[in-house]
Amino acid sequence: MASFGGVAVFNARMPLNPARVRADFPILQQRVRGKPLVYLDSAATSQKPEVVIEAMARFYRESNANVHRGAYKLSEDATAMFEGTREKVARFIGAPSAEGVVYVRNTTEAVNLVAHGWGRKFLKAGDEVLLTEMEHHSNLVPWHLLKRDRGIVLKHIPINDEGRLDLSRLDELCTMKTKLVALCHASNVLGTINPVAELAAKAHAVGALFLVDGAQAAPHMKVDVGSLGCDFYAFSAHKMCGPTGVGVLWTRPEILREMDPFMVGGETILEVFLDHSTFRDPPHRFEPGTPAVAEVAGLGSAIDYIESLGLDSIHSHEESLAAYAQQKLAAIPGCVLFGPRSGPRGGVACFNLEPIHPHDLATCLDQDGVCVRAGHHCAQPLMRRLGVVATARASFYVYTSTSDIDLMVESLNRTREFFGCR
Amino acid sequence: MSLESLYQEIIMEHFKAPRNRGEIATPDVSISMNNPFCGDDITLHLALKDGKVSDVKFRGRGCAISQASASLMTEILKGKQMSDAMTSAMLFKKMMRGETKKHEADPLGDIVALEGVRKFPVRVKCALLAWSAFEEGVKGKK
Ligand SMILES: [Zn+2]
Repeated sequence: MASFGGVAVFNARMPLNPARVRADFPILQQRVRGKPLVYLDSAATSQKPEVVIEAMARFYRESNANVHRGAYKLSEDATAMFEGTREKVARFIGAPSAEGVVYVRNTTEAVNLVAHGWGRKFLKAGDEVLLTEMEHHSNLVPWHLLKRDRGIVLKHIPINDEGRLDLSRLDELCTMKTKLVALCHASNVLGTINPVAELAAKAHAVGALFLVDGAQAAPHMKVDVGSLGCDFYAFSAHKMCGPTGVGVLWTRPEILREMDPFMVGGETILEVFLDHSTFRDPPHRFEPGTPAVAEVAGLGSAIDYIESLGLDSIHSHEESLAAYAQQKLAAIPGCVLFGPRSGPRGGVACFNLEPIHPHDLATCLDQDGVCVRAGHHCAQPLMRRLGVVATARASFYVYTSTSDIDLMVESLNRTREFFGCR
Repeated sequence: MSLESLYQEIIMEHFKAPRNRGEIATPDVSISMNNPFCGDDITLHLALKDGKVSDVKFRGRGCAISQASASLMTEILKGKQMSDAMTSAMLFKKMMRGETKKHEADPLGDIVALEGVRKFPVRVKCALLAWSAFEEGVKGKK
């Protein structure tokens, strides 16, 4: 599937200029306690450029109407934007058509939709779902419910000490009993980028379907669901310069047509009788009620924005920031780093500064206007595997520069002093 | 709002050298609790005798605030009549909600140093963890 990125192709190899990019983000212009805001929590949610904020405001000012309802110009315009963005999303992830693109609230809802709409319909007792040790809770808990209610068996690909998947026992884990392999494209904690295409081939070889949680990948690198071999691909707008409240589940249309709706009501139905109803074709079958229309306008604008920067440029920018951060952090006495130290990785630095608890660390850094995340990052099984309760995490995006990392390191050193570390 | 007001000397001292760490061999109350927000956890052991908290021990992993609060709490509870211990717990919670009048919390002693945590709302749960474990553990006991 050829993807045509317009401006993106033109800019694909241009290195990012984070200072210039930063100017596009109104929130990053503010000062916190007299210091510049150092936002290092983009893996939780990204900041929004003016164009995205403006696209949503413009929708409300000029085009607001419900979609697929009114036979008047305003509603037609809103519907055209809504469906046009669906096409744009399909192109963004290399999908052959918009038919497989279902708007959901976020990645979590997307995984739940697969678990309910596909899992509950097709999985039986004894069927296996293969996950990994590095999954976010949102790709664990929906399967726990199916284990409880359907008697499916859950297996997990372990990770090695470097934080990459240990595939040495894959043949034992992925067998004819495996009906679904579901994993993150990139880890929200470790920054590991998983060998998705290789695992998709393995899943398909045993007749299993393949789900990818792309929440930490789609915002940061070129995704092509065709060449990756995905059956399901999920991501959220709010991590890619877009608004909260809208995300995408892409599903191979042959599979989507067989799936049950998860929530039903207006928009999902063809005909309603008193005792039964018939459902519309996908994707609308899976979009009950009035959708997040303005947010979809924001998502479309966010895709344009990050494509104008170039997904390849974004990826290499973040990879070099991660390398820079690891090198700077490793030089701080007591700093323990988690995650791959070489090879492909995303823009995340996960660390602890012994003996200071990450929670205290985050509070101290906040005093200097440095926002990092501290906690279990919704990945408690991974925390157990790493032998920690919590870690600190700095995560990067298009507007992050090496000077943000320098300011974090300065603040970490001040914190060590404050805690009397030698 | 400064780090010094949050991490007062007495708090850092208890964090670095916590009192009453460990287990009671045959505790009357044994309870574990965690703070899902940041992963602080605590296991609290109590020995109860003649209506008194005769011994208190704790183990935990977590931030300076949660661990210092636990250590300071054990000093307050140890040897107290159960009813007085409950009153202290109520007073501490009231202080952390910002509802105590001037000097009202003074009977709690050193732990009033934790009042500064109120200015850091996400950290209030850390300070309350050990106390919540105590209240939960002694529910229905006299
Ligand atoms: Zn804490």
